[in-house]
Amino acid sequence: MKHTNSQADRQIADGKHHPLEPYLRMDRIPHIWCSTCGLGTCLNSFLTAVRNSAIPRENIAVVSGIGCTGRTAGYVNLDSFHTTHGRAIPFATGLKLANPELTVVVISGDGDLVAIGGNHFIHAARRNMDINIICVNNFNYAMTGGQFGPTTPETARTTTAPYGSFEHPFNLPFLADSCGATYVARWTALHVRHLTASIGEALERRGFSFIEVISPCPTVYARRNRLGTGLDLLQFYHDNSVIKNGIDTRECDIRFQEQLIIGKFVDEEKTTFHDTMTGYLKDAVGEKYVPYVGPMEMPGNGD
Amino acid sequence: MSREDNSSWLKTGPHYWDGDYACAEGAIAAGCRFLAGYPITPSTEVAERIAERFPLVGGTFIQMEDELASMAAILGAAWGGAKAMTVTSGPGFSLMQENIGLGVMTETPCVVVNVQRGGPSTGLPTLTGQQDMMQARWGSHGDYEIIALSPSSPQECFDLTVTAFNLSERYRVPVMFMMDECVGHMTEKVVVPHLSKIHVLQRRWYRGKKERYRPYVPGKDLVPPMVKAGDDFRFHITGLTHDERGYPVINAACQSICVTRLVDKIKQNADRITILDEDRVEGAEVVVVSYGISYRVATRAIALARDKGIRVGSLRLVTVWPFPERRIAELADKVKCLVMPEINLGQVYLEMERVACGRCRTKLVPHCGGWVHDPEDILAAIVEGAKP
Ligand SMILES: Cc1ncc(C[n+]2csc(CCOP(=O)(O)OP(=O)(O)O)c2C)c(N)n1
Ligand code: SF4
Ligand SMILES: [Mg+2]
Repeated sequence: MKHTNSQADRQIADGKHHPLEPYLRMDRIPHIWCSTCGLGTCLNSFLTAVRNSAIPRENIAVVSGIGCTGRTAGYVNLDSFHTTHGRAIPFATGLKLANPELTVVVISGDGDLVAIGGNHFIHAARRNMDINIICVNNFNYAMTGGQFGPTTPETARTTTAPYGSFEHPFNLPFLADSCGATYVARWTALHVRHLTASIGEALERRGFSFIEVISPCPTVYARRNRLGTGLDLLQFYHDNSVIKNGIDTRECDIRFQEQLIIGKFVDEEKTTFHDTMTGYLKDAVGEKYVPYVGPMEMPGNGD
Repeated sequence: MSREDNSSWLKTGPHYWDGDYACAEGAIAAGCRFLAGYPITPSTEVAERIAERFPLVGGTFIQMEDELASMAAILGAAWGGAKAMTVTSGPGFSLMQENIGLGVMTETPCVVVNVQRGGPSTGLPTLTGQQDMMQARWGSHGDYEIIALSPSSPQECFDLTVTAFNLSERYRVPVMFMMDECVGHMTEKVVVPHLSKIHVLQRRWYRGKKERYRPYVPGKDLVPPMVKAGDDFRFHITGLTHDERGYPVINAACQSICVTRLVDKIKQNADRITILDEDRVEGAEVVVVSYGISYRVATRAIALARDKGIRVGSLRLVTVWPFPERRIAELADKVKCLVMPEINLGQVYLEMERVACGRCRTKLVPHCGGWVHDPEDILAAIVEGAKP
């Protein structure tokens, strides 16, 4: 689906102090994030993609779980849902199926999406649910003070891995890919233009898209591992990221402070859950099939 | 599909259905068009019936990966504008609790059906119980008030599912539909009324100016009107303590305002919410207070007691939560004893005892689950209660 007009054509003027003001809940700024945290950059990339996109602002909904990243839903001037820890994806699934016109974006942390919410993640990918996932990977549970999680690199120190983590972490692009995601990319908070373009692309695609954003958490993860400020981490990303578009996702493992493989790895077409369901039922049920017609048509005689 | 142009989705007329099927049909009649669930005995037949019927009536059924997902999905669907329901039994009900709390906090209308079986844990998967009544009341963390109904027959599984949806829309709260294995699996005559005879409450949409919309500005009844995603309100909702804008405000003052209204909107409307079914309560010396399948058994015990010349009344809790404090207190002033049979070791009974507060005797007729009471046990309690 290609749209031709952008939000600008729809006369949403850029803000006076910042072009993204119309897309931010300005009455909630300043935000709670630490200085030099990567989350502001991620939000900026997402909202820029929304601004550049032809999808009407009112048709985009954001669902977050719990965590520092989970606070994103509270700052976007869109229909936005701050749900429970791990359950952003099933909430988004219900939202999308109840109103298939919506573009539903899940923005949440690594712990939220692939630890406590891991089961929902793999099943939504398997079903090819038409939702977009932006997973901010800061290698730890930041909100709760920096414990290790399913993406913490081996040997990295966290409050609950004081001698370093010895668990094997997930390679998220490989996980998403092998579960059936139709769009898979990884960028860092330094690669703002790539990330923004990638989010824009994912918004246009139909199907389960997954974008991992490697993002500095200076306050807890970096401090405990003596990695410096957010700026130092951006420098590290600059010096150590290699863009390898289309590479086999099995090769995207992340080791502690080693090379980061980034890029767009998967971009393919596959029938979405919704289209498969309606197409299949149409054949199987025949003439009697009545597809779901959307929220306004509920039977009811009011009060 | 509007109600008028195609009513073939409603199976008007008499049927021979079990409670689970009747519940599914009640949901369809109420306008429920989204169901997310995960199979569990003895509730599975509700989902099975829905899976078969929804493609014929314009509904979307999705079998989720677990009950955490099911509960989260119906909340999402409700904010997408659908009337939504999930259905489960004890173990699944436990998994749903956190997101039931999110539903309470965000004031999301939806219906949670629990076809109760014996517990704790996996307990008695195929046998009856009424052991989740307190979990329905207090299962999620934090302070809140909830609405719960308990049907006693397949007919009521149909009728009261419609009522459950109406109450959830009216008060913007997840409504617990507390069936049990017996009622779910018993097959009886169920008459589906004509379309015009079914009262279905439409969602109460916000009708004011878009720019002035704030998600949690309540009406006089303490209930705020709803909006849905996609209509350019660009609203925010959160499970965090929030102000009228739906924005998080993490302090004691906001907590007090937020939680007090969540509780008061049910408490202050309790008389409007409460549905009781009374029989020969006036002048009774003993009143049997019961709900669900236990009411059916109590009916037999009451008949036997009346044969013995005891003046026994029956008070059936069609809505169990909010607890009908006013009516129970009135009765406690008049009768010698209030008797409650329930298929647990004393749950709703504790509320009755609290409200009676020594003004009359109270008697529990407990049962561990797995089967219904022997009417003789209830009768014995009535006879005891009638003693001077
Ligand atoms: C059910 C539940 N368990 C635990 C928590 C505590 N908790 C809040 S945020 C969080 C981790 C968040 O980590 P992540 O998703 O990576 O987000 P980040 O803060 O790193 O952005 C945890 C464990 C919770 N809120 N709910
Ligand atoms: S704790 Fe880490 S992730 Fe959270 S806001 Fe601070 S820097 Fe960002
Ligand atoms: Mg994290």
